[in-house]
Amino acid sequence: MTFRKYLVLAGVTVFAAAGDSMLSHGMKQTGKISLHHLQGIILAVLNPWVAVGIVLLLAFFASYMNALSWADLTYVLPATSLGYVLLALVARFALHEQVSPLRWLGIALISGGVGFVARGPALTSKEYSESLPFDSGQGKLLGKNARNGAPAEEDVPVVSSGVRR
Amino acid sequence: MKNAHTWGGILVVVFASVVGDVLLARAMKQVGDVHELWRRAGAWAVVSRILGNPNFFLGVTAMAAAFFSLLFALSWGEVSLVAPAAASLTFIGNAFAAKIFLHEKVDRRRWIAAVLVAAGVVLLAG
Repeated sequence: MTFRKYLVLAGVTVFAAAGDSMLSHGMKQTGKISLHHLQGIILAVLNPWVAVGIVLLLAFFASYMNALSWADLTYVLPATSLGYVLLALVARFALHEQVSPLRWLGIALISGGVGFVARGPALTSKEYSESLPFDSGQGKLLGKNARNGAPAEEDVPVVSSGVRR
Repeated sequence: MKNAHTWGGILVVVFASVVGDVLLARAMKQVGDVHELWRRAGAWAVVSRILGNPNFFLGVTAMAAAFFSLLFALSWGEVSLVAPAAASLTFIGNAFAAKIFLHEKVDRRRWIAAVLVAAGVVLLAG
Protein backbone atom coordinates (compact mmCIF):
# COMPACT_ATOMS: atom_id res chain seq x y z
CA MET A 1 0.00 0.00 0.00
CA THR A 2 1.48 3.28 -1.13
CA PHE A 3 0.51 6.75 0.05
CA ARG A 4 -1.29 7.34 -3.23
CA LYS A 5 -3.47 4.27 -2.69
CA TYR A 6 -4.46 5.46 0.78
CA LEU A 7 -5.33 8.78 -0.84
CA VAL A 8 -7.62 6.98 -3.31
CA LEU A 9 -9.37 5.15 -0.45
CA ALA A 10 -9.76 8.43 1.40
CA GLY A 11 -11.32 9.84 -1.78
CA VAL A 12 -13.80 6.93 -1.87
CA THR A 13 -14.83 7.71 1.71
CA VAL A 14 -15.01 11.50 1.51
CA PHE A 15 -16.63 11.82 -1.93
CA ALA A 16 -19.34 9.27 -1.07
CA ALA A 17 -20.19 10.93 2.24
CA ALA A 18 -20.09 14.50 0.90
CA GLY A 19 -21.98 13.63 -2.29
CA ASP A 20 -24.73 11.77 -0.46
CA SER A 21 -25.30 14.51 2.07
CA MET A 22 -25.37 17.27 -0.57
CA LEU A 23 -27.86 15.25 -2.64
CA SER A 24 -30.16 14.67 0.31
CA HIS A 25 -29.90 18.32 1.36
CA GLY A 26 -30.79 19.43 -2.17
CA MET A 27 -33.60 16.93 -2.58
CA LYS A 28 -35.22 18.18 0.62
CA GLN A 29 -35.32 21.64 -0.94
CA THR A 30 -36.79 20.50 -4.24
CA GLY A 31 -39.42 18.26 -2.67
CA LYS A 32 -40.86 14.90 -3.60
CA ILE A 33 -40.55 13.42 -7.06
CA SER A 34 -43.34 11.11 -8.16
CA LEU A 35 -43.62 8.87 -11.18
CA HIS A 36 -46.37 11.12 -12.58
CA HIS A 37 -44.17 14.20 -12.39
CA LEU A 38 -40.87 13.03 -13.79
CA GLN A 39 -40.04 16.55 -14.95
CA GLY A 40 -39.35 17.16 -11.27
CA ILE A 41 -36.05 15.37 -11.81
CA ILE A 42 -34.93 18.08 -14.24
CA LEU A 43 -35.84 20.77 -11.72
CA ALA A 44 -33.93 18.85 -9.06
CA VAL A 45 -30.74 18.75 -11.14
CA LEU A 46 -30.91 22.55 -11.47
CA ASN A 47 -30.64 22.84 -7.69
CA PRO A 48 -26.98 23.72 -6.95
CA TRP A 49 -26.77 21.29 -4.00
CA VAL A 50 -28.01 18.44 -6.18
CA ALA A 51 -25.65 19.42 -9.02
CA VAL A 52 -22.60 19.54 -6.76
CA GLY A 53 -23.74 16.29 -5.14
CA ILE A 54 -23.85 14.58 -8.54
CA VAL A 55 -20.35 15.85 -9.39
CA LEU A 56 -19.05 14.53 -6.05
CA LEU A 57 -20.71 11.16 -6.63
CA LEU A 58 -19.01 10.97 -10.04
CA ALA A 59 -15.71 11.63 -8.25
CA PHE A 60 -16.65 8.88 -5.81
CA PHE A 61 -17.31 6.49 -8.70
CA ALA A 62 -13.94 7.29 -10.30
CA SER A 63 -12.01 6.70 -7.09
CA TYR A 64 -14.08 3.56 -6.34
CA MET A 65 -13.19 2.13 -9.77
CA ASN A 66 -9.57 3.14 -9.22
CA ALA A 67 -9.46 1.31 -5.88
CA LEU A 68 -11.16 -1.80 -7.32
CA SER A 69 -8.45 -2.01 -9.99
CA TRP A 70 -5.82 -2.88 -7.35
CA ALA A 71 -7.75 -4.06 -4.30
CA ASP A 72 -10.38 -6.67 -3.37
CA LEU A 73 -14.05 -5.73 -3.24
CA THR A 74 -14.13 -6.90 0.39
CA TYR A 75 -11.18 -4.58 1.10
CA VAL A 76 -12.65 -1.47 -0.53
CA LEU A 77 -16.23 -1.79 0.74
CA PRO A 78 -15.46 -1.19 4.44
CA ALA A 79 -13.72 2.01 3.34
CA THR A 80 -17.00 3.20 1.83
CA SER A 81 -18.74 2.51 5.14
CA LEU A 82 -16.29 4.84 6.89
CA GLY A 83 -18.26 7.61 5.18
CA TYR A 84 -21.17 7.01 7.57
CA VAL A 85 -18.77 7.54 10.47
CA LEU A 86 -17.48 10.71 8.84
CA LEU A 87 -21.03 12.06 8.44
CA ALA A 88 -21.84 11.36 12.10
CA LEU A 89 -18.64 13.10 13.23
CA VAL A 90 -19.41 16.10 11.02
CA ALA A 91 -22.93 16.20 12.49
CA ARG A 92 -21.53 16.15 16.02
CA PHE A 93 -18.54 18.48 15.80
CA ALA A 94 -19.30 20.82 12.89
CA LEU A 95 -23.10 21.04 13.09
CA HIS A 96 -23.24 20.45 16.87
CA GLU A 97 -26.05 17.93 16.53
CA GLN A 98 -26.81 15.36 19.18
CA VAL A 99 -25.34 11.88 18.51
CA SER A 100 -27.09 9.18 20.56
CA PRO A 101 -25.15 6.45 22.41
CA LEU A 102 -26.48 3.83 19.98
CA ARG A 103 -25.00 5.82 17.09
CA TRP A 104 -21.66 6.06 18.88
CA LEU A 105 -21.81 2.27 19.19
CA GLY A 106 -22.48 2.07 15.44
CA ILE A 107 -19.47 4.33 14.79
CA ALA A 108 -17.32 2.07 16.97
CA LEU A 109 -18.49 -1.09 15.17
CA ILE A 110 -17.83 0.33 11.69
CA SER A 111 -14.41 1.68 12.72
CA GLY A 112 -13.55 -1.68 14.25
CA GLY A 113 -14.59 -3.50 11.08
CA VAL A 114 -12.51 -1.17 8.92
CA GLY A 115 -9.52 -1.67 11.23
CA PHE A 116 -9.89 -5.44 10.95
CA VAL A 117 -9.76 -5.36 7.15
CA ALA A 118 -7.11 -2.66 6.86
CA ARG A 119 -4.56 -4.76 8.74
CA GLY A 120 -4.86 -7.58 6.18
CA PRO A 121 -3.68 -7.68 2.57
CA ALA A 122 -5.42 -5.43 0.04
CA LEU A 123 -5.49 -7.99 -2.76
CA THR A 124 -6.12 -11.72 -2.49
CA SER A 125 -7.98 -12.52 -5.71
CA LYS A 126 -6.11 -13.82 -8.69
CA GLU A 127 -8.39 -12.66 -11.45
CA TYR A 128 -6.17 -10.31 -13.39
CA SER A 129 -6.76 -12.18 -16.61
CA GLU A 130 -9.37 -14.81 -17.26
CA SER A 131 -6.85 -17.03 -19.02
CA LEU A 132 -4.93 -17.68 -15.82
CA PRO A 133 -6.38 -20.66 -13.97
CA PHE A 134 -7.12 -20.06 -10.32
CA ASP A 135 -4.45 -21.73 -8.25
CA SER A 136 -5.34 -21.98 -4.60
CA GLY A 137 -1.82 -23.10 -3.75
CA GLN A 138 -0.46 -19.63 -4.47
CA GLY A 139 -3.16 -17.83 -2.59
CA LYS A 140 -1.06 -17.38 0.54
CA LEU A 141 1.82 -15.74 -1.28
CA LEU A 142 -0.36 -13.47 -3.31
CA GLY A 143 -1.30 -10.96 -0.65
CA LYS A 144 2.28 -10.14 0.12
CA ASN A 145 3.40 -9.91 -3.50
CA ALA A 146 0.40 -7.96 -4.64
CA ARG A 147 1.01 -5.31 -2.03
CA ASN A 148 4.41 -4.67 -3.51
CA GLY A 149 2.69 -4.40 -6.84
CA ALA A 150 4.97 -6.98 -8.39
CA PRO A 151 3.02 -9.71 -10.16
CA ALA A 152 -0.24 -8.00 -10.92
CA GLU A 153 1.02 -5.53 -13.44
CA GLU A 154 3.33 -7.87 -15.28
CA ASP A 155 0.64 -9.42 -17.42
CA VAL A 156 -1.29 -6.29 -18.26
CA PRO A 157 -1.12 -6.03 -22.02
CA VAL A 158 -0.94 -2.50 -23.29
CA VAL A 159 -3.82 -1.62 -25.59
CA SER A 160 -3.93 1.07 -28.24
CA SER A 161 -0.18 1.43 -28.59
CA GLY A 162 -0.77 4.44 -30.81
CA VAL A 163 -1.03 6.69 -27.79
CA ARG A 164 1.94 5.24 -25.98
CA ARG A 165 4.59 7.81 -25.24
CA MET B 1 -48.64 -7.87 3.22
CA LYS B 2 -47.16 -4.41 3.09
CA ASN B 3 -44.19 -5.76 5.04
CA ALA B 4 -43.65 -8.53 2.51
CA HIS B 5 -43.63 -5.93 -0.27
CA THR B 6 -41.08 -3.81 1.57
CA TRP B 7 -38.76 -6.74 2.21
CA GLY B 8 -39.17 -7.91 -1.38
CA GLY B 9 -38.12 -4.45 -2.52
CA ILE B 10 -35.14 -4.50 -0.15
CA LEU B 11 -34.04 -7.88 -1.51
CA VAL B 12 -34.26 -6.59 -5.10
CA VAL B 13 -32.09 -3.60 -4.15
CA VAL B 14 -29.55 -5.84 -2.38
CA PHE B 15 -29.44 -8.31 -5.27
CA ALA B 16 -28.95 -5.60 -7.89
CA SER B 17 -26.21 -3.81 -5.96
CA VAL B 18 -24.32 -7.02 -5.17
CA VAL B 19 -24.45 -8.00 -8.86
CA GLY B 20 -23.29 -4.49 -9.79
CA ASP B 21 -20.42 -4.45 -7.28
CA VAL B 22 -19.18 -7.89 -8.34
CA LEU B 23 -19.32 -7.02 -12.06
CA LEU B 24 -17.53 -3.69 -11.53
CA ALA B 25 -14.87 -5.33 -9.35
CA ARG B 26 -14.32 -8.00 -11.98
CA ALA B 27 -14.17 -5.40 -14.76
CA MET B 28 -11.53 -3.39 -12.92
CA LYS B 29 -9.47 -6.50 -12.17
CA GLN B 30 -9.52 -7.24 -15.90
CA VAL B 31 -8.47 -3.66 -16.66
CA GLY B 32 -5.62 -3.97 -14.16
CA ASP B 33 -3.99 -1.45 -11.83
CA VAL B 34 -4.94 1.90 -13.36
CA HIS B 35 -1.94 3.75 -11.87
CA GLU B 36 0.39 1.32 -13.59
CA LEU B 37 -1.55 1.41 -16.85
CA TRP B 38 -1.69 5.21 -16.80
CA ARG B 39 2.06 5.46 -16.25
CA ARG B 40 2.80 3.00 -19.03
CA ALA B 41 0.25 3.84 -21.68
CA GLY B 42 -1.36 7.15 -20.76
CA ALA B 43 -4.79 8.27 -19.66
CA TRP B 44 -6.47 7.41 -22.93
CA ALA B 45 -5.49 3.76 -22.58
CA VAL B 46 -7.11 3.67 -19.14
CA VAL B 47 -10.35 5.23 -20.36
CA SER B 48 -10.64 3.13 -23.50
CA ARG B 49 -9.86 -0.06 -21.60
CA ILE B 50 -12.52 0.61 -18.98
CA LEU B 51 -15.16 1.70 -21.51
CA GLY B 52 -14.31 -1.28 -23.71
CA ASN B 53 -14.99 -3.76 -20.91
CA PRO B 54 -18.45 -5.40 -21.17
CA ASN B 55 -18.52 -6.22 -17.45
CA PHE B 56 -18.17 -2.51 -16.73
CA PHE B 57 -21.35 -1.71 -18.65
CA LEU B 58 -23.26 -4.59 -17.12
CA GLY B 59 -22.08 -3.45 -13.70
CA VAL B 60 -23.16 0.15 -14.26
CA THR B 61 -26.54 -1.10 -15.53
CA ALA B 62 -27.00 -3.22 -12.41
CA MET B 63 -26.02 -0.24 -10.23
CA ALA B 64 -28.59 1.93 -12.00
CA ALA B 65 -31.21 -0.80 -11.45
CA ALA B 66 -30.24 -0.88 -7.77
CA PHE B 67 -30.56 2.89 -7.52
CA PHE B 68 -34.02 3.02 -9.09
CA SER B 69 -35.31 0.01 -7.17
CA LEU B 70 -34.10 1.74 -4.01
CA LEU B 71 -36.18 4.78 -4.96
CA PHE B 72 -39.23 2.54 -5.39
CA ALA B 73 -38.57 0.63 -2.18
CA LEU B 74 -38.22 3.93 -0.32
CA SER B 75 -41.62 5.01 -1.56
CA TRP B 76 -43.23 1.75 -0.31
CA GLY B 77 -41.56 1.35 3.02
CA GLU B 78 -40.20 3.34 5.93
CA VAL B 79 -36.93 5.11 5.13
CA SER B 80 -35.57 4.11 8.54
CA LEU B 81 -36.06 0.44 7.64
CA VAL B 82 -35.32 0.33 3.91
CA ALA B 83 -32.09 2.36 3.73
CA PRO B 84 -30.12 0.69 6.56
CA ALA B 85 -31.47 -2.80 5.79
CA ALA B 86 -30.48 -2.52 2.14
CA ALA B 87 -27.04 -1.07 2.97
CA SER B 88 -26.13 -3.62 5.62
CA LEU B 89 -27.46 -6.66 3.73
CA THR B 90 -25.44 -5.49 0.72
CA PHE B 91 -22.26 -5.69 2.82
CA ILE B 92 -23.04 -9.27 3.85
CA GLY B 93 -24.13 -10.28 0.35
CA ASN B 94 -20.97 -8.79 -1.14
CA ALA B 95 -18.77 -10.81 1.20
CA PHE B 96 -20.44 -14.03 -0.02
CA ALA B 97 -20.38 -12.96 -3.67
CA ALA B 98 -16.74 -11.82 -3.55
CA LYS B 99 -15.73 -15.19 -2.15
CA ILE B 100 -17.76 -17.21 -4.67
CA PHE B 101 -17.45 -15.18 -7.87
CA LEU B 102 -14.26 -13.14 -7.43
CA HIS B 103 -12.29 -15.84 -5.54
CA GLU B 104 -11.27 -13.36 -2.89
CA LYS B 105 -9.91 -14.90 0.27
CA VAL B 106 -12.64 -13.83 2.66
CA ASP B 107 -11.00 -15.02 5.86
CA ARG B 108 -12.33 -14.75 9.40
CA ARG B 109 -10.98 -11.22 9.69
CA ARG B 110 -13.06 -10.07 6.70
CA TRP B 111 -16.20 -11.91 7.82
CA ILE B 112 -15.99 -10.23 11.21
CA ALA B 113 -15.48 -6.90 9.46
CA ALA B 114 -18.52 -7.43 7.19
CA VAL B 115 -20.73 -8.28 10.18
CA LEU B 116 -19.39 -5.36 12.28
CA VAL B 117 -19.90 -2.89 9.44
CA ALA B 118 -23.40 -4.22 8.69
CA ALA B 119 -24.38 -3.92 12.37
CA GLY B 120 -22.80 -0.48 12.62
CA VAL B 121 -24.71 0.80 9.58
CA VAL B 122 -28.01 -0.36 11.15
CA LEU B 123 -27.18 1.37 14.45
CA LEU B 124 -26.11 4.62 12.76
CA ALA B 125 -29.36 4.81 10.79
CA GLY B 126 -31.54 4.01 13.80
